[in-house]
Amino acid sequence: MSHLPFIAVAYGLGVLVPLAFVVTAFQRMASARRKLAAIDPRDRWS
Amino acid sequence: MRLSGAVLPYLAAAALVLTVTGLGWGLFVSPADWQQGDAVRIMYVHVPCAWLASAGYTGLAVCSILSLIWRHPLADLAAVEIGPVGAGFTALCLATGSLWGKPMWGAWWVWDARLTSVLVLFFLYLGHVALVRAFDDPTRGYRAGAILALVGAVNLPIIKFSVDWWNTLHQPASIGLTGAPSMAPAMLWPLLIAALGYTLVFATIVTVRLRAAVMERRIRGLLMARAASESGA
Repeated sequence: MSHLPFIAVAYGLGVLVPLAFVVTAFQRMASARRKLAAIDPRDRWS
Repeated sequence: MRLSGAVLPYLAAAALVLTVTGLGWGLFVSPADWQQGDAVRIMYVHVPCAWLASAGYTGLAVCSILSLIWRHPLADLAAVEIGPVGAGFTALCLATGSLWGKPMWGAWWVWDARLTSVLVLFFLYLGHVALVRAFDDPTRGYRAGAILALVGAVNLPIIKFSVDWWNTLHQPASIGLTGAPSMAPAMLWPLLIAALGYTLVFATIVTVRLRAAVMERRIRGLLMARAASESGA
């Protein structure tokens, strides 16, 4: 495993970058849903 | 949108299971390469990201066609939301390729036709992200971004065939639509599972971002309608 640091960094990036996109996307959707509910409670977005 | 809301939990769950399975299999179970040793395990991250870099741009180009020709209201928003995600996966492809290249080629970067054309793809994504947000009138931004995306689509076949057209340091494709893959099944299966997992992760991210964008557009519309009715009253 002489290439372990390269493998570890590649897998770290491969997990963290998509995870960051997923977390920010869900946060943005939750925020938009809250704002929409506050403006018009009749609007239903599941 | 109701359909996307119903599908989203299953999409996210399948993305998580397949990505974890593919990466875990590739990292701990699949064999080392006789020539590259354990460094070949970087392939299970690098190749799916490379596929998604091109597939994401293809999606961007399709949305641009839908936007320019049929003026589909969701196509503009989808293109805007695909752009940053595609740029992220392209950056990941370049970074993991560099991490693979250093131990194998002895260099972090070479001006090889495949690497350079993917770098151009990354700049096209960044250009699209900047251009669609550069206008006060969003419609003009969407139009300019769509034209850029379609012009940039010429880079996709260049990326695909760069390893055949030029003498490159980057290896040719091991998997094609025609012909048997030149890869052992013990490596092929985790690669395909990781690729499918990453594809579903990409789809999940874009779906969630698109839902948020539609809600934000609805919020703006409601606020503008409220402001108009208050000023008129």
